[in-house]
Amino acid sequence: MSGSYKLGKLGKMAGELLFLVICVFYLYPVFIVLINSFKNRAELYENVLALPNELNFKYYAEAMTKMNFTGAFINSFLVTAISITVIVVLSSMTAWMLVRSDGRFSRIIFMVFVSTMLIPFQTLMMPLMQTMGWIRDNLHIPMLNTLGGLIYMNVGFGASMAVFLYHGFVKSIPISLEEAATIDGCSKFGVFWKIVFPMLKPTTVTVMILDVIWIWNDYLLPSLVVSSKALRTIPLSTFSFFGQFTRQWNMAMAGLMLTIIPVIIFYLCAQKYIIKGVAAGAVK
Amino acid sequence: MKKRTDKAWYALFVLPLVFIFTTVVIIPFIIGIGYSFFSWDGIGLNPKVFVGLDNYKQLFTDIRFMDSAKHTIIFTVVAIIFINVLGLTFALIVTSELKTRNIARTMLFMPYLIGGLILGYIWKFIFTDAFSKIGEITGWNKIFFNWLLNPNFALAALIIVATWQMAGYIMIIYITGIQGIPGDVIEAARVDGAGFFDTLFRIKFPLIMPSFTICLFMTLSNCFKIFDVNLSLTGGGPSQATEMFAMNIYNEIFSLNHYGYGQAKAILFFIVVGIVTLIQVSITKKREVTMQ
Repeated sequence: MSGSYKLGKLGKMAGELLFLVICVFYLYPVFIVLINSFKNRAELYENVLALPNELNFKYYAEAMTKMNFTGAFINSFLVTAISITVIVVLSSMTAWMLVRSDGRFSRIIFMVFVSTMLIPFQTLMMPLMQTMGWIRDNLHIPMLNTLGGLIYMNVGFGASMAVFLYHGFVKSIPISLEEAATIDGCSKFGVFWKIVFPMLKPTTVTVMILDVIWIWNDYLLPSLVVSSKALRTIPLSTFSFFGQFTRQWNMAMAGLMLTIIPVIIFYLCAQKYIIKGVAAGAVK
Repeated sequence: MKKRTDKAWYALFVLPLVFIFTTVVIIPFIIGIGYSFFSWDGIGLNPKVFVGLDNYKQLFTDIRFMDSAKHTIIFTVVAIIFINVLGLTFALIVTSELKTRNIARTMLFMPYLIGGLILGYIWKFIFTDAFSKIGEITGWNKIFFNWLLNPNFALAALIIVATWQMAGYIMIIYITGIQGIPGDVIEAARVDGAGFFDTLFRIKFPLIMPSFTICLFMTLSNCFKIFDVNLSLTGGGPSQATEMFAMNIYNEIFSLNHYGYGQAKAILFFIVVGIVTLIQVSITKKREVTMQ
């Protein structure tokens, strides 16, 4: 009856092998990029599918200088790290306060945060640039073409999701510990940072993972905010690099590998958290 | 006295984020609605002319916009099916007793982490150079040629890349759902003599209904709003055959400098996304009630 369950040892091995082959095939496009990043132009045009004759890192070195990879990496890193730190700090504080001082005002604020998650970025991009331009012209705060401005806007866009996730989690933790600490003379600030924030760790990890994936790869917002070459993040420098080298695929492939490698390293180091975080973020 | 300090703490905790959020999301959203009633070329010194609802009326006779709507709908429907079928299949295999499941999960999820822009470039190379070469070697040049030069195949290419990007992500959500099924339920079915497909269709699928809803919603909203892959893979081409909603709006505003008209499109885009989401949420709620 349940014959389809029992495939036998050989059948099972074949199944394992087949699935592994499918998985390898699934990543084949990345492999093609990898092999072509070592080839010279003639070799690449002769056969894009063949393995390279030698491991030539020449194009990596060249792509690195032409993309200003180090600078772009530092910019991406700064923007991602600072944006996420600010998002985590401000959103957890806000969400906690909204839950603990439950009133009409708090509920309205929460509703606004949640309902605006619906708004697509394309609906906001033009008026956002106008608003930031107005702030720059009239209040003399450099919001455009600065990494600070980009970070500020990332915080604004990341707020809804983070507040939503923290809000759900804070509701599930008992208030008694906080009350005990308050009686012991702890200020709200102390209660939050010493007692509540450590308990929020699972949500903090989720928020960080989701935001790393989003901010590190984000192209459209940085492309609107940043115009000077020195401030480009990795997606921006990849874009302009590709505009220049579409007919020089070997160089382009080396550039692509340069941008993929940090992502793969990050993934292999934090795989457990990434998969958990992505699952938790989607399910809520 | 106590009341006042409480209020101060409240402000200290809540106001900074609310302030940032207001300047980045709320104010642009409101003035964005305003802009959609004006005709303006984006240059500060040039006049903004109030045109009422003209921008919105113009939308429905805009052939390029209607075409992009058509592409977006075709793309979204086909991509949702592909992504979910593939993601669910992967999830079922990965949650089985295979020894290779962990490494498989790692590999299948990887494309999602590489951003859409980069993915588009990877596949641009595959569809142009690698495909021509495969066609040359195998002689199957009816299938393997430069897909990005043919309007229909370019749209198909976009669907393939979106599937490649999101299937692993959707797989993770399905895995969470499948792992939530109590083991003894499956065991009981097996003891009762249920075969592989019985277990799949009568036990596993009904029990992961919430995952279906989440996955459909996630793929729907991601596909509908696709931009990065569109930009790097096809750039909307050949001759706007793969220009999606988001890219059409972008081009209208920043390439053609129709700030007011483009903003009207953006507002319509928001309304469509909003309606679809509300329908989705209400269906989910209803189903949850009937499940209990």
